[in-house]
Amino acid sequence: MRELQLSLNQTQKVRLQRALEKLESLSSKANSNASVTVADSIPVNYEDGLLKGHGTSEFNGEVVATVCGIVERVNKLVYVRALRARYKPEVGDIIVGRVIEVAPKRWRVEINYSHDAVLMLSSMNLPDGIQRRRTALDELNMRSIFEENDVICAEVRGFQHDGLHLQARSQKYGKLGRGQLLTVPSYLVKRRKQHFHHLENYGIDLIIGCNGFIWVGEHIQVTDDMVVDQVNKSEQDDAKPDENSISPEDQEKNYTRQETRENICRAANAIRVLSTLGFNITVEVITETVDLSTSINVAIHEMLGSEFYVLVAEKESVRRSMTKKK
Amino acid sequence: MLGSLYRLSKLVQQFVGLMGSKVIRSIFGGVRLWAFLRGCHKNGGRQAQPPAQLFHLSVLLTQFQEMEYVSPEGLRLDGRRPMEMRQIRAEIGVVAKADGSALFEMGNTKVIAAVYGPREVQNRSQQLNDSALVRCEYTMANFSTGDRMRKPKGDRRSTEISLVIRQTMEACIMTHLMPRSQIDIFVQVLQADGGTRSACINAASLALADAGIPMRDLVTSCSAGYLNSTPLLDLNYIEDSAGGADVTLGIMPKLDKVTLLQMDAKLSVETFENVMQLAIEGCKAVATYIREVLLENTKQLEYRRGI
Repeated sequence: MRELQLSLNQTQKVRLQRALEKLESLSSKANSNASVTVADSIPVNYEDGLLKGHGTSEFNGEVVATVCGIVERVNKLVYVRALRARYKPEVGDIIVGRVIEVAPKRWRVEINYSHDAVLMLSSMNLPDGIQRRRTALDELNMRSIFEENDVICAEVRGFQHDGLHLQARSQKYGKLGRGQLLTVPSYLVKRRKQHFHHLENYGIDLIIGCNGFIWVGEHIQVTDDMVVDQVNKSEQDDAKPDENSISPEDQEKNYTRQETRENICRAANAIRVLSTLGFNITVEVITETVDLSTSINVAIHEMLGSEFYVLVAEKESVRRSMTKKK
Repeated sequence: MLGSLYRLSKLVQQFVGLMGSKVIRSIFGGVRLWAFLRGCHKNGGRQAQPPAQLFHLSVLLTQFQEMEYVSPEGLRLDGRRPMEMRQIRAEIGVVAKADGSALFEMGNTKVIAAVYGPREVQNRSQQLNDSALVRCEYTMANFSTGDRMRKPKGDRRSTEISLVIRQTMEACIMTHLMPRSQIDIFVQVLQADGGTRSACINAASLALADAGIPMRDLVTSCSAGYLNSTPLLDLNYIEDSAGGADVTLGIMPKLDKVTLLQMDAKLSVETFENVMQLAIEGCKAVATYIREVLLENTKQLEYRRGI
């Protein structure tokens, strides 16, 4: 059994246990006996016809699970949804990853999948925003776009013969800087319409990648260069002073205010707490956790202390019971 | 118990003529310690390991006289019945950064396993185009045995056990579902008291299930032996080093198949069948426990996650 490795005192232990028991009682009604372990047989109705999906196999005429997880049924299809497995990409997922290699015309990106993903030079917008053929010169300058160990954000394009391909055809994708990358188990992140979030109260950006990589960083105004008039842009470029000398304005740009940095750390710690407790990670839960920490004046480093874990667990049990009642 | 102590003291008396007084004193100390050890195992095998000189001593003693591993009352050295297993305990999710991990205890034997993968193959030349590459590394912590071990990594024993565990696990993993990838299994013995091989397999099995790697069935393992013409289940270190037969068995309980069978002595066919039957029973008992743990873990993960 998975146990939290926290040093709790007796009261905290009791409180945490009570909160977790409450969570259990809330969810158990929905699917009490849908959990299976490896080699458990899954009861099915053979008369209706049957399609075996992922995580199942056949043995002696009965359907058995090959992974630990939850049995899901969609019409005829029976499959087992594995918890705690590696990320399984789907086309259109927004993911955060780390560049591990610059190869000819492509970058290899680590995305917590069983293989590395590939981001082709041709499937991303160049920084100057012009749509054109990628020349040999572009290929030589690939390191000026992404280097090894850069954290990037992209979209899953699909499977090709040489692996999983990504694309970054918008200004919202690309290199991420001035923030923190957090890794959580990918089953805690649910696919939603929106994965980019701007928390205005805190001035931070939150990118919840479907692969369980979460980026918390300073808010960056997305300017879609495609819309900007090309002529205007070239004029601006001409007006730009010598690039080598850093003007005070540029320095101002590169500087992250301490308040923002603290907010980044606060949000990052909130995500850490939630992932250790194994709670679903959504933007609402994260903001609620951050708000909770500010409202009771918990210092950032104290958020990883056992007391805050207990508080978050209690809060979550209250929140879930509220949504249940509705 | 009294009978065996009496015999031992008699044995020591026989010794006096043979050896110097220094040795004898150490043996007398050993007898006392040995009695202590029996008590310690009786308390559920929870205490720290007794010093290794003791084991060596008991091994030494057996060389002079047939030692009594099963008392006339039908109790073993640590107070178990011949068909009784040691206390088992398992915990999942002990290594935070691993894809799957588990801790497995059988009495005083304690093993930790971590699984990474399926992930990109590190050495491209080893990549398999139709199945996953399974690798396994078995190590013993330096502090795991009584006298601190200073062996270099990759000695013959650990290489052999690595291979055994790899082959056993490979038989149950559905490698064809994960082509061109690699699965790494790392097992480390934290405390050794006999049966590390089976404990490692059980731990690896749990860790693989935790990592969400598709498997045909769980593999569970247990050892059995034959001493004083009695089949014994789940040998501890003293019984293991007694020189009798030691059968390590790994089975897939649902498919009812054997994936591992090792024996390091000779046995007649009839006795072997008895011992093997005992080992199978042991494996099945381990399997029931492992399934309980896994099911509980899955349920916990699911309800914690919520909708």
